[in-house]
Amino acid sequence: MQQTTQADTPLLVCDALTKSYGRQVGCTEVGFDLWSGEVLGIVGESGSGKTTLLKCLAGTLEPTNGRILYQTRHQGTMDLYALGEAERRLLMRTDWALVHQNPRDGLRMGVSAGANVGERLMALGARNYGTIRGEAEHWLDSVEIDMGRIDHMPETFSGGMQQRLQIARNLVSKPRLVFMDEPTGGLDVSVQARLLDMIRALVADLGLACVIVTHDLAVARLLADRLMVMKNGRVVEHGLTDRVLDDPQHPYTQLLVSSVLQV
Amino acid sequence: MSSMPQSNSAHAEQTDYNFAYLDEQTKRMIRRAILKAVAIPGYQVPFASREMPLPYGWGTGGIQVTASIIGPDDRLKVIDQGSDETTNAVSIRKFFSKTAGVETTDTTEDASIIQTRHRIPETPLHEDQILVYQVPIPEPLRWLEPRETETRTMHAHMEYGAMHVKLYEDIAHHGRIATAYDYPVSVEGRYVMAPSPTPKFDNPKMDNMAALQLFGAGREKRIYAVPPYTKVVSLDFEDHPFEVQTWEAVCALCSADDSYLDEVVTDDVGGRMFVCSDSDHCHRRRHAGHTGWASEDQQ
Repeated sequence: MQQTTQADTPLLVCDALTKSYGRQVGCTEVGFDLWSGEVLGIVGESGSGKTTLLKCLAGTLEPTNGRILYQTRHQGTMDLYALGEAERRLLMRTDWALVHQNPRDGLRMGVSAGANVGERLMALGARNYGTIRGEAEHWLDSVEIDMGRIDHMPETFSGGMQQRLQIARNLVSKPRLVFMDEPTGGLDVSVQARLLDMIRALVADLGLACVIVTHDLAVARLLADRLMVMKNGRVVEHGLTDRVLDDPQHPYTQLLVSSVLQV
Repeated sequence: MSSMPQSNSAHAEQTDYNFAYLDEQTKRMIRRAILKAVAIPGYQVPFASREMPLPYGWGTGGIQVTASIIGPDDRLKVIDQGSDETTNAVSIRKFFSKTAGVETTDTTEDASIIQTRHRIPETPLHEDQILVYQVPIPEPLRWLEPRETETRTMHAHMEYGAMHVKLYEDIAHHGRIATAYDYPVSVEGRYVMAPSPTPKFDNPKMDNMAALQLFGAGREKRIYAVPPYTKVVSLDFEDHPFEVQTWEAVCALCSADDSYLDEVVTDDVGGRMFVCSDSDHCHRRRHAGHTGWASEDQQ
Protein backbone atom coordinates (compact mmCIF):
# COMPACT_ATOMS: atom_id res chain seq x y z
CA MET A 1 0.00 0.00 0.00
CA GLN A 2 1.48 3.31 -1.08
CA GLN A 3 0.44 6.45 0.69
CA THR A 4 0.98 8.81 -2.20
CA THR A 5 0.53 8.77 -5.92
CA GLN A 6 3.57 7.30 -7.57
CA ALA A 7 4.76 8.81 -10.80
CA ASP A 8 6.35 5.54 -11.86
CA THR A 9 3.20 3.42 -11.78
CA PRO A 10 0.35 3.63 -14.27
CA LEU A 11 -2.95 5.22 -13.17
CA LEU A 12 -4.98 2.36 -14.56
CA VAL A 13 -3.89 -1.15 -15.48
CA CYS A 14 -6.18 -3.36 -17.48
CA ASP A 15 -4.96 -6.91 -17.18
CA ALA A 16 -6.21 -9.66 -19.53
CA LEU A 17 -9.79 -8.44 -19.35
CA THR A 18 -12.45 -10.76 -20.73
CA LYS A 19 -16.19 -10.27 -20.71
CA SER A 20 -18.54 -12.81 -22.18
CA TYR A 21 -22.31 -12.77 -22.23
CA GLY A 22 -22.92 -16.50 -21.97
CA ARG A 23 -21.47 -17.87 -25.20
CA GLN A 24 -21.45 -14.44 -26.77
CA VAL A 25 -18.08 -12.75 -26.46
CA GLY A 26 -17.95 -9.06 -25.49
CA CYS A 27 -14.19 -8.58 -25.35
CA THR A 28 -11.29 -10.99 -24.99
CA GLU A 29 -7.93 -10.69 -23.23
CA VAL A 30 -7.68 -6.92 -23.43
CA GLY A 31 -4.67 -5.47 -21.65
CA PHE A 32 -3.14 -1.97 -21.48
CA ASP A 33 -1.66 0.58 -19.08
CA LEU A 34 -2.97 4.11 -18.85
CA TRP A 35 -0.70 6.77 -17.40
CA SER A 36 -1.71 9.96 -15.68
CA GLY A 37 -2.52 12.72 -18.19
CA GLU A 38 -2.65 10.33 -21.13
CA VAL A 39 -5.49 10.03 -23.63
CA LEU A 40 -6.21 6.57 -24.98
CA GLY A 41 -8.51 6.15 -27.96
CA ILE A 42 -10.36 2.93 -28.66
CA VAL A 43 -11.60 2.54 -32.22
CA GLY A 44 -13.37 -0.23 -34.03
CA GLU A 45 -16.60 -0.95 -35.84
CA SER A 46 -19.97 -1.45 -34.18
CA GLY A 47 -20.07 -4.67 -32.19
CA SER A 48 -16.31 -4.89 -31.78
CA GLY A 49 -16.59 -4.75 -27.98
CA LYS A 50 -15.63 -1.09 -27.42
CA THR A 51 -18.55 -0.21 -25.21
CA THR A 52 -18.36 -3.48 -23.28
CA LEU A 53 -14.73 -2.72 -22.53
CA LEU A 54 -15.56 0.82 -21.46
CA LYS A 55 -18.33 -0.36 -19.13
CA CYS A 56 -15.96 -2.87 -17.52
CA LEU A 57 -13.31 -0.20 -17.09
CA ALA A 58 -15.76 2.32 -15.67
CA GLY A 59 -16.93 -0.10 -13.01
CA THR A 60 -20.48 -0.59 -14.21
CA LEU A 61 -20.11 -4.09 -15.68
CA GLU A 62 -18.21 -6.82 -13.88
CA PRO A 63 -15.75 -8.63 -16.19
CA THR A 64 -15.78 -12.42 -16.50
CA ASN A 65 -12.01 -12.63 -16.17
CA GLY A 66 -9.07 -10.33 -15.66
CA ARG A 67 -8.37 -7.44 -13.33
CA ILE A 68 -8.54 -3.68 -13.38
CA LEU A 69 -6.06 -1.98 -11.08
CA TYR A 70 -6.49 1.68 -10.24
CA GLN A 71 -4.04 3.84 -8.42
CA THR A 72 -6.18 5.66 -5.86
CA ARG A 73 -5.23 9.03 -4.41
CA HIS A 74 -4.61 7.85 -0.88
CA GLN A 75 -4.74 4.08 -0.67
CA GLY A 76 -2.32 2.96 -3.33
CA THR A 77 -3.22 0.57 -6.12
CA MET A 78 -6.57 -1.19 -5.73
CA ASP A 79 -8.32 -3.92 -7.70
CA LEU A 80 -11.52 -2.22 -8.86
CA TYR A 81 -13.79 -5.23 -8.54
CA ALA A 82 -12.30 -6.28 -5.20
CA LEU A 83 -13.48 -2.98 -3.73
CA GLY A 84 -16.80 -2.91 -1.93
CA GLU A 85 -19.75 -1.52 -3.86
CA ALA A 86 -19.84 1.58 -1.66
CA GLU A 87 -16.17 2.40 -2.31
CA ARG A 88 -16.52 1.72 -6.02
CA ARG A 89 -19.52 4.00 -6.29
CA LEU A 90 -17.71 6.70 -4.34
CA LEU A 91 -14.73 6.42 -6.67
CA MET A 92 -17.04 6.65 -9.68
CA ARG A 93 -18.57 9.91 -8.57
CA THR A 94 -15.42 11.60 -7.28
CA ASP A 95 -12.20 10.52 -8.95
CA TRP A 96 -13.79 9.29 -12.15
CA ALA A 97 -16.17 10.65 -14.72
CA LEU A 98 -18.27 8.90 -17.34
CA VAL A 99 -19.49 10.88 -20.33
CA HIS A 100 -22.26 9.09 -22.18
CA GLN A 101 -22.84 9.22 -25.91
CA ASN A 102 -26.38 10.43 -25.34
CA PRO A 103 -26.36 13.35 -22.90
CA ARG A 104 -29.82 12.30 -21.71
CA ASP A 105 -28.22 9.21 -20.14
CA GLY A 106 -25.76 11.28 -18.18
CA LEU A 107 -27.87 14.29 -17.23
CA ARG A 108 -30.79 14.70 -14.88
CA MET A 109 -33.31 16.07 -17.36
CA GLY A 110 -35.77 17.07 -14.63
CA VAL A 111 -33.56 19.61 -12.90
CA SER A 112 -31.84 22.83 -13.99
CA ALA A 113 -28.34 23.09 -15.47
CA GLY A 114 -26.99 24.49 -12.20
CA ALA A 115 -28.39 21.61 -10.17
CA ASN A 116 -26.93 19.14 -12.67
CA VAL A 117 -23.48 20.60 -12.16
CA GLY A 118 -23.91 20.94 -8.40
CA GLU A 119 -25.17 17.42 -7.75
CA ARG A 120 -21.76 15.81 -7.32
CA LEU A 121 -20.70 18.56 -4.92
CA MET A 122 -23.83 18.09 -2.84
CA ALA A 123 -23.30 14.33 -2.87
CA LEU A 124 -19.85 14.95 -1.45
CA GLY A 125 -21.28 17.03 1.37
CA ALA A 126 -21.28 20.64 0.08
CA ARG A 127 -23.99 22.41 2.08
CA ASN A 128 -23.50 26.04 1.15
CA TYR A 129 -25.84 27.20 -1.60
CA GLY A 130 -23.67 30.19 -2.54
CA THR A 131 -20.54 28.08 -2.95
CA ILE A 132 -22.32 25.42 -4.98
CA ARG A 133 -23.80 28.04 -7.27
CA GLY A 134 -20.42 29.72 -7.66
CA GLU A 135 -18.84 26.43 -8.69
CA ALA A 136 -21.69 25.74 -11.11
CA GLU A 137 -21.19 29.14 -12.73
CA HIS A 138 -17.47 28.55 -13.01
CA TRP A 139 -17.94 25.19 -14.73
CA LEU A 140 -20.67 26.40 -17.07
CA ASP A 141 -18.29 29.15 -18.09
CA SER A 142 -15.50 26.59 -18.65
CA VAL A 143 -17.67 24.66 -21.09
CA GLU A 144 -18.80 27.86 -22.83
CA ILE A 145 -22.40 27.84 -21.65
CA ASP A 146 -23.87 31.30 -21.07
CA MET A 147 -24.28 32.00 -17.33
CA GLY A 148 -27.83 33.24 -18.00
CA ARG A 149 -28.83 29.65 -18.75
CA ILE A 150 -27.90 28.34 -15.30
CA ASP A 151 -31.51 27.95 -14.16
CA HIS A 152 -32.81 26.57 -17.45
CA MET A 153 -33.72 22.93 -17.93
CA PRO A 154 -31.35 20.79 -20.05
CA GLU A 155 -34.41 20.03 -22.15
CA THR A 156 -34.20 23.55 -23.58
CA PHE A 157 -30.52 23.15 -24.57
CA SER A 158 -29.26 22.15 -28.00
CA GLY A 159 -27.56 18.77 -28.43
CA GLY A 160 -24.08 20.28 -28.31
CA MET A 161 -24.89 22.30 -25.20
CA GLN A 162 -26.32 19.24 -23.47
CA GLN A 163 -23.10 17.39 -24.20
CA ARG A 164 -21.03 20.27 -22.82
CA LEU A 165 -23.28 20.41 -19.75
CA GLN A 166 -22.72 16.70 -19.21
CA ILE A 167 -18.98 17.28 -19.32
CA ALA A 168 -19.23 20.14 -16.81
CA ARG A 169 -21.35 18.00 -14.50
CA ASN A 170 -18.66 15.33 -14.57
CA LEU A 171 -15.63 17.57 -14.16
CA VAL A 172 -16.94 19.49 -11.15
CA SER A 173 -15.56 16.92 -8.70
CA LYS A 174 -12.09 17.30 -10.26
CA PRO A 175 -11.74 13.72 -11.47
CA ARG A 176 -8.41 12.27 -12.58
CA LEU A 177 -9.81 9.79 -15.04
CA VAL A 178 -12.56 10.38 -17.60
CA PHE A 179 -14.30 7.77 -19.73
CA MET A 180 -16.02 9.04 -22.85
CA ASP A 181 -18.30 6.95 -25.02
CA GLU A 182 -18.61 8.53 -28.48
CA PRO A 183 -18.65 12.07 -27.03
CA THR A 184 -19.34 13.64 -30.42
CA GLY A 185 -21.87 11.11 -31.69
CA GLY A 186 -25.03 12.61 -33.07
CA LEU A 187 -23.67 16.17 -33.32
CA ASP A 188 -23.21 18.06 -36.55
CA VAL A 189 -19.63 18.62 -37.72
CA SER A 190 -19.19 22.27 -36.75
CA VAL A 191 -20.51 21.56 -33.24
CA GLN A 192 -18.27 18.49 -33.13
CA ALA A 193 -15.25 20.60 -33.97
CA ARG A 194 -15.97 23.09 -31.18
CA LEU A 195 -16.63 20.31 -28.69
CA LEU A 196 -13.40 18.55 -29.64
CA ASP A 197 -11.47 21.80 -29.21
CA MET A 198 -12.99 22.28 -25.82
CA ILE A 199 -12.33 18.71 -24.68
CA ARG A 200 -8.76 18.96 -25.88
CA ALA A 201 -8.21 22.17 -23.96
CA LEU A 202 -9.83 20.82 -20.77
CA VAL A 203 -7.87 17.59 -20.90
CA ALA A 204 -4.61 19.52 -21.31
CA ASP A 205 -5.41 22.15 -18.65
CA LEU A 206 -6.59 19.71 -16.02
CA GLY A 207 -4.07 16.98 -16.86
CA LEU A 208 -6.84 14.40 -17.16
CA ALA A 209 -6.28 10.83 -18.12
CA CYS A 210 -8.92 9.85 -20.65
CA VAL A 211 -10.27 6.74 -22.32
CA ILE A 212 -12.27 7.72 -25.40
CA VAL A 213 -14.30 5.20 -27.33
CA THR A 214 -15.15 6.32 -30.84
CA HIS A 215 -15.71 5.01 -34.32
CA ASP A 216 -14.64 8.34 -35.76
CA LEU A 217 -10.94 8.28 -36.69
CA ALA A 218 -10.83 12.07 -36.90
CA VAL A 219 -11.86 12.30 -33.23
CA ALA A 220 -9.19 9.77 -32.36
CA ARG A 221 -6.55 11.66 -34.35
CA LEU A 222 -7.38 14.95 -32.62
CA LEU A 223 -7.69 13.75 -29.04
CA ALA A 224 -5.84 10.50 -28.50
CA ASP A 225 -2.14 10.07 -27.72
CA ARG A 226 -2.37 6.35 -28.19
CA LEU A 227 -4.81 4.23 -30.13
CA MET A 228 -6.19 0.73 -29.71
CA VAL A 229 -7.98 -0.89 -32.63
CA MET A 230 -10.55 -3.54 -31.79
CA LYS A 231 -12.23 -6.17 -33.88
CA ASN A 232 -14.45 -9.04 -32.73
CA GLY A 233 -13.65 -8.33 -29.09
CA ARG A 234 -9.89 -8.44 -29.52
CA VAL A 235 -7.27 -5.72 -29.75
CA VAL A 236 -5.73 -6.11 -33.20
CA GLU A 237 -3.41 -3.13 -33.13
CA HIS A 238 -2.08 -0.81 -30.46
CA GLY A 239 0.32 2.10 -30.73
CA LEU A 240 0.82 5.86 -30.95
CA THR A 241 -2.12 7.43 -32.75
CA ASP A 242 -0.12 8.94 -35.59
CA ARG A 243 1.78 5.72 -36.13
CA VAL A 244 -1.38 3.60 -36.22
CA LEU A 245 -3.23 5.93 -38.55
CA ASP A 246 -0.32 6.75 -40.87
CA ASP A 247 1.21 3.31 -41.03
CA PRO A 248 -1.45 0.73 -40.19
CA GLN A 249 -0.05 -2.79 -39.85
CA HIS A 250 -3.07 -5.01 -39.37
CA PRO A 251 -5.28 -5.65 -42.41
CA TYR A 252 -8.37 -4.53 -40.48
CA THR A 253 -6.74 -1.22 -39.48
CA GLN A 254 -5.68 -0.70 -43.08
CA LEU A 255 -9.27 -1.24 -44.16
CA LEU A 256 -10.54 1.13 -41.45
CA VAL A 257 -8.11 3.90 -42.38
CA SER A 258 -8.81 3.54 -46.09
CA SER A 259 -12.57 3.65 -45.49
CA VAL A 260 -12.50 7.24 -44.25
CA LEU A 261 -14.25 9.48 -46.75
CA GLN A 262 -12.05 12.19 -48.17
CA VAL A 263 -13.69 15.50 -48.89
CA MET B 1 -50.37 -1.41 22.85
CA SER B 2 -52.22 -3.52 25.42
CA SER B 3 -51.80 -7.24 25.12
CA MET B 4 -54.23 -8.89 22.75
CA PRO B 5 -57.19 -10.67 24.34
CA GLN B 6 -57.08 -14.45 24.01
CA SER B 7 -60.76 -14.50 23.31
CA ASN B 8 -62.86 -11.61 22.22
CA SER B 9 -65.49 -12.25 24.84
CA ALA B 10 -65.70 -8.55 25.64
CA HIS B 11 -66.72 -8.04 22.05
CA ALA B 12 -69.02 -11.00 21.76
CA GLU B 13 -71.36 -8.94 19.64
CA GLN B 14 -68.63 -8.61 17.00
CA THR B 15 -69.22 -11.75 15.03
CA ASP B 16 -68.74 -10.39 11.55
CA TYR B 17 -65.14 -9.25 11.91
CA ASN B 18 -62.02 -10.35 13.70
CA PHE B 19 -60.96 -7.80 16.32
CA ALA B 20 -59.87 -4.63 14.47
CA TYR B 21 -60.82 -6.12 11.08
CA LEU B 22 -57.48 -7.76 10.13
CA ASP B 23 -56.93 -11.46 10.82
CA GLU B 24 -54.37 -12.38 13.48
CA GLN B 25 -51.74 -13.68 11.02
CA THR B 26 -51.81 -10.43 9.09
CA LYS B 27 -51.43 -8.40 12.28
CA ARG B 28 -48.53 -10.62 13.27
CA MET B 29 -46.82 -9.98 9.95
CA ILE B 30 -47.37 -6.22 10.27
CA ARG B 31 -46.12 -6.19 13.88
CA ARG B 32 -42.93 -7.89 12.73
CA ALA B 33 -42.44 -5.17 10.13
CA ILE B 34 -43.11 -2.53 12.80
CA LEU B 35 -40.54 -4.05 15.16
CA LYS B 36 -37.96 -4.05 12.39
CA ALA B 37 -38.84 -0.45 11.51
CA VAL B 38 -38.43 0.65 15.14
CA ALA B 39 -35.08 -1.13 15.30
CA ILE B 40 -33.79 0.73 12.22
CA PRO B 41 -35.13 4.29 12.54
CA GLY B 42 -36.17 5.79 9.21
CA TYR B 43 -35.62 2.60 7.20
CA GLN B 44 -38.52 1.58 4.97
CA VAL B 45 -39.56 -2.00 5.75
CA PRO B 46 -41.53 -3.76 3.00
CA PHE B 47 -44.70 -5.52 4.17
CA ALA B 48 -47.50 -7.45 2.52
CA SER B 49 -50.10 -4.70 2.51
CA ARG B 50 -53.69 -5.98 2.41
CA GLU B 51 -56.73 -4.83 0.53
CA MET B 52 -58.76 -2.70 2.91
CA PRO B 53 -62.42 -1.78 2.61
CA LEU B 54 -61.54 1.69 1.35
CA PRO B 55 -59.48 2.96 -1.57
CA TYR B 56 -55.71 3.40 -1.60
CA GLY B 57 -54.85 6.95 -0.74
CA TRP B 58 -57.50 7.11 1.97
CA GLY B 59 -55.22 5.86 4.68
CA THR B 60 -54.99 2.10 4.13
CA GLY B 61 -51.39 2.00 5.39
CA GLY B 62 -52.18 3.90 8.57
CA ILE B 63 -55.27 1.79 9.20
CA GLN B 64 -53.32 -1.45 8.90
CA VAL B 65 -50.70 -0.19 11.34
CA THR B 66 -53.37 0.98 13.79
CA ALA B 67 -55.28 -2.31 13.46
CA SER B 68 -52.10 -4.21 14.30
CA ILE B 69 -51.20 -2.27 17.43
CA ILE B 70 -54.62 -1.46 18.87
CA GLY B 71 -55.99 -3.36 21.88
CA PRO B 72 -59.41 -3.27 23.50
CA ASP B 73 -58.20 -0.86 26.21
CA ASP B 74 -56.83 1.69 23.78
CA ARG B 75 -58.44 5.03 23.13
CA LEU B 76 -58.21 6.19 19.53
CA LYS B 77 -58.10 9.67 18.05
CA VAL B 78 -58.13 10.18 14.29
CA ILE B 79 -57.30 13.48 12.60
CA ASP B 80 -57.25 14.55 8.99
CA GLN B 81 -55.62 17.93 8.24
CA GLY B 82 -55.55 18.40 12.02
CA SER B 83 -59.32 18.13 12.32
CA ASP B 84 -61.34 15.43 14.06
CA GLU B 85 -64.41 16.29 12.02
CA THR B 86 -63.38 15.75 8.40
CA THR B 87 -64.72 12.84 6.36
CA ASN B 88 -61.59 10.73 6.45
CA ALA B 89 -61.19 11.15 10.23
CA VAL B 90 -64.84 10.41 10.97
CA SER B 91 -64.87 7.32 8.72
CA ILE B 92 -61.71 5.80 10.17
CA ARG B 93 -62.85 6.49 13.73
CA LYS B 94 -66.17 4.80 12.98
CA PHE B 95 -64.35 1.91 11.32
CA PHE B 96 -62.42 1.14 14.49
CA SER B 97 -65.26 1.70 16.91
CA LYS B 98 -67.25 -0.78 14.83
CA THR B 99 -64.60 -3.45 14.19
CA ALA B 100 -62.63 -3.16 17.46
CA GLY B 101 -65.22 -1.65 19.78
CA VAL B 102 -62.59 0.72 21.19
CA GLU B 103 -63.29 4.04 22.78
CA THR B 104 -62.56 7.09 20.67
CA THR B 105 -61.74 10.62 21.71
CA ASP B 106 -61.06 14.06 20.27
CA THR B 107 -58.82 15.11 23.14
CA THR B 108 -55.14 14.71 22.29
CA GLU B 109 -53.88 13.86 25.82
CA ASP B 110 -56.57 11.22 26.35
CA ALA B 111 -55.73 9.20 23.25
CA SER B 112 -53.31 6.28 23.43
CA ILE B 113 -53.16 5.97 19.63
CA ILE B 114 -53.52 8.92 17.27
CA GLN B 115 -53.85 8.20 13.57
CA THR B 116 -53.12 11.22 11.46
CA ARG B 117 -53.09 12.47 7.93
CA HIS B 118 -51.05 15.68 7.44
CA ARG B 119 -50.69 17.03 10.97
CA ILE B 120 -49.00 16.45 14.30
CA PRO B 121 -51.23 17.74 17.13
CA GLU B 122 -50.20 21.07 18.66
CA THR B 123 -50.43 19.56 22.16
CA PRO B 124 -47.08 17.85 22.93
CA LEU B 125 -47.40 14.05 22.96
CA HIS B 126 -46.24 11.87 25.85
CA GLU B 127 -44.49 8.53 26.20
CA ASP B 128 -47.64 6.43 26.43
CA GLN B 129 -48.87 7.54 23.03
CA ILE B 130 -48.30 6.29 19.50
CA LEU B 131 -48.68 8.53 16.48
CA VAL B 132 -49.63 6.65 13.28
CA TYR B 133 -49.13 8.49 9.97
CA GLN B 134 -50.88 7.70 6.70
CA VAL B 135 -48.23 7.96 4.00
CA PRO B 136 -48.85 8.21 0.24
CA ILE B 137 -45.22 8.24 -1.03
CA PRO B 138 -42.70 6.81 1.43
CA GLU B 139 -39.62 7.19 -0.78
CA PRO B 140 -38.02 10.66 -0.47
CA LEU B 141 -35.68 9.98 -3.41
CA ARG B 142 -38.45 8.92 -5.78
CA TRP B 143 -38.87 12.33 -7.42
CA LEU B 144 -35.32 12.14 -8.81
CA GLU B 145 -34.82 8.41 -9.21
CA PRO B 146 -37.67 6.25 -10.50
CA ARG B 147 -35.89 2.90 -10.04
CA GLU B 148 -36.61 1.16 -6.72
CA THR B 149 -33.41 -0.91 -6.97
CA GLU B 150 -31.43 2.29 -7.34
CA THR B 151 -33.12 4.18 -4.47
CA ARG B 152 -32.51 1.23 -2.16
CA THR B 153 -28.83 1.21 -3.12
CA MET B 154 -28.69 4.97 -2.55
CA HIS B 155 -30.12 4.51 0.96
CA ALA B 156 -27.72 1.65 1.64
CA HIS B 157 -24.70 3.78 0.71
CA MET B 158 -26.12 7.01 2.17
CA GLU B 159 -25.95 8.68 -1.25
CA TYR B 160 -28.22 11.55 -0.36
CA GLY B 161 -26.90 14.28 -2.65
CA ALA B 162 -30.16 14.08 -4.60
CA MET B 163 -32.15 15.43 -1.67
CA HIS B 164 -30.13 18.62 -1.65
CA VAL B 165 -30.53 18.90 -5.43
CA LYS B 166 -34.26 19.28 -4.77
CA LEU B 167 -33.66 22.04 -2.22
CA TYR B 168 -31.14 23.68 -4.59
CA GLU B 169 -33.80 23.75 -7.31
CA ASP B 170 -36.22 25.43 -4.92
CA ILE B 171 -33.78 28.21 -4.12
CA ALA B 172 -32.71 28.64 -7.75
CA HIS B 173 -36.32 29.03 -8.93
CA HIS B 174 -38.02 30.68 -5.95
CA GLY B 175 -35.20 32.36 -4.05
CA ARG B 176 -35.88 30.24 -0.96
CA ILE B 177 -36.67 26.66 -0.02
CA ALA B 178 -40.25 26.51 -1.24
CA THR B 179 -40.93 22.92 -0.20
CA ALA B 180 -43.68 23.37 2.37
CA TYR B 181 -44.82 19.83 3.07
CA ASP B 182 -43.24 16.36 3.01
CA TYR B 183 -40.02 18.18 3.83
CA PRO B 184 -37.16 15.62 3.92
CA VAL B 185 -35.55 14.81 7.26
CA SER B 186 -32.51 12.86 8.34
CA VAL B 187 -33.28 10.38 11.11
CA GLU B 188 -30.60 9.79 13.74
CA GLY B 189 -27.94 10.83 11.22
CA ARG B 190 -28.54 7.80 9.01
CA TYR B 191 -31.64 7.40 6.84
CA VAL B 192 -33.29 10.23 4.98
CA MET B 193 -37.04 9.95 5.42
CA ALA B 194 -40.17 11.48 3.92
CA PRO B 195 -42.33 12.64 6.81
CA SER B 196 -45.53 12.09 4.73
CA PRO B 197 -47.41 15.21 3.59
CA THR B 198 -47.22 16.93 6.96
CA PRO B 199 -46.46 20.65 6.66
CA LYS B 200 -42.84 21.49 7.48
CA PHE B 201 -44.30 23.46 10.39
CA ASP B 202 -44.56 20.10 12.16
CA ASN B 203 -41.02 18.88 11.39
CA PRO B 204 -39.49 20.30 14.59
CA LYS B 205 -42.10 18.37 16.61
CA MET B 206 -40.78 15.07 15.23
CA ASP B 207 -37.37 15.71 16.69
CA ASN B 208 -36.86 14.10 20.09
CA MET B 209 -40.60 13.37 20.40
CA ALA B 210 -41.62 11.37 23.50
CA ALA B 211 -44.18 9.30 21.58
CA LEU B 212 -43.47 6.50 19.13
CA GLN B 213 -44.08 7.53 15.50
CA LEU B 214 -45.16 4.86 13.00
CA PHE B 215 -45.62 5.44 9.28
CA GLY B 216 -47.74 3.18 7.06
CA ALA B 217 -47.91 3.36 3.27
CA GLY B 218 -50.58 0.92 2.04
CA ARG B 219 -50.27 1.25 -1.71
CA GLU B 220 -46.46 1.36 -1.64
CA LYS B 221 -46.35 -1.45 0.94
CA ARG B 222 -43.84 0.15 3.29
CA ILE B 223 -43.70 0.73 7.05
CA TYR B 224 -41.16 2.94 8.79
CA ALA B 225 -40.78 4.38 12.25
CA VAL B 226 -39.15 6.97 14.46
CA PRO B 227 -38.68 5.61 18.01
CA PRO B 228 -39.19 7.94 21.00
CA TYR B 229 -36.46 10.50 21.66
CA THR B 230 -34.83 10.13 18.24
CA LYS B 231 -32.96 12.92 16.51
CA VAL B 232 -34.86 14.15 13.44
CA VAL B 233 -33.15 16.92 11.47
CA SER B 234 -34.67 18.77 8.51
CA LEU B 235 -32.23 19.05 5.59
CA ASP B 236 -31.08 22.52 4.60
CA PHE B 237 -28.17 24.67 3.40
CA GLU B 238 -25.82 26.68 5.62
CA ASP B 239 -26.85 29.90 3.91
CA HIS B 240 -30.53 28.92 3.55
CA PRO B 241 -31.39 27.31 6.89
CA PHE B 242 -34.60 25.39 7.54
CA GLU B 243 -37.49 27.54 8.69
CA VAL B 244 -41.17 26.90 9.33
CA GLN B 245 -44.14 28.74 7.91
CA THR B 246 -45.40 31.86 9.65
CA TRP B 247 -48.67 33.72 9.25
CA GLU B 248 -49.48 37.39 9.49
CA ALA B 249 -52.93 36.54 10.85
CA VAL B 250 -53.96 34.82 14.08
CA CYS B 251 -56.74 32.23 14.44
CA ALA B 252 -60.11 33.91 13.80
CA LEU B 253 -61.78 31.80 16.48
CA CYS B 254 -59.26 31.58 19.32
CA SER B 255 -56.56 34.16 18.42
CA ALA B 256 -53.80 31.55 18.66
CA ASP B 257 -50.61 32.89 17.10
CA ASP B 258 -48.47 29.78 17.52
CA SER B 259 -50.50 27.10 15.75
CA TYR B 260 -50.72 25.99 12.11
CA LEU B 261 -53.49 27.99 10.40
CA ASP B 262 -55.78 26.94 7.57
CA GLU B 263 -57.16 29.57 5.22
CA VAL B 264 -60.93 29.33 4.85
CA VAL B 265 -62.72 31.15 2.03
CA THR B 266 -66.01 32.46 3.45
CA ASP B 267 -67.76 34.07 0.49
CA ASP B 268 -67.26 34.86 -3.20
CA VAL B 269 -66.12 38.46 -2.77
CA GLY B 270 -62.73 37.80 -1.26
CA GLY B 271 -63.78 37.15 2.32
CA ARG B 272 -61.53 34.72 4.11
CA MET B 273 -60.30 33.81 7.53
CA PHE B 274 -57.54 31.83 9.13
CA VAL B 275 -58.37 29.20 11.73
CA CYS B 276 -56.36 26.62 13.65
CA SER B 277 -55.97 23.44 11.65
CA ASP B 278 -55.84 21.46 14.91
CA SER B 279 -59.54 21.46 15.87
CA ASP B 280 -58.92 20.03 19.34
CA HIS B 281 -56.35 22.71 20.12
CA CYS B 282 -58.68 25.48 18.95
CA HIS B 283 -61.67 24.05 20.77
CA ARG B 284 -59.82 23.86 24.04
CA ARG B 285 -58.48 27.38 23.74
CA ARG B 286 -61.99 28.68 23.13
CA HIS B 287 -63.20 26.67 26.11
CA ALA B 288 -60.55 28.37 28.23
CA GLY B 289 -61.99 31.75 27.25
CA HIS B 290 -59.85 32.78 24.25
CA THR B 291 -61.84 34.48 21.52
CA GLY B 292 -61.10 35.73 18.01
CA TRP B 293 -62.67 38.28 15.67
CA ALA B 294 -64.99 35.67 14.15
CA SER B 295 -66.13 34.09 17.43
CA GLU B 296 -69.91 33.85 17.79
CA ASP B 297 -70.08 35.94 20.97
CA GLN B 298 -68.29 38.76 19.15
CA GLN B 299 -70.84 38.99 16.36
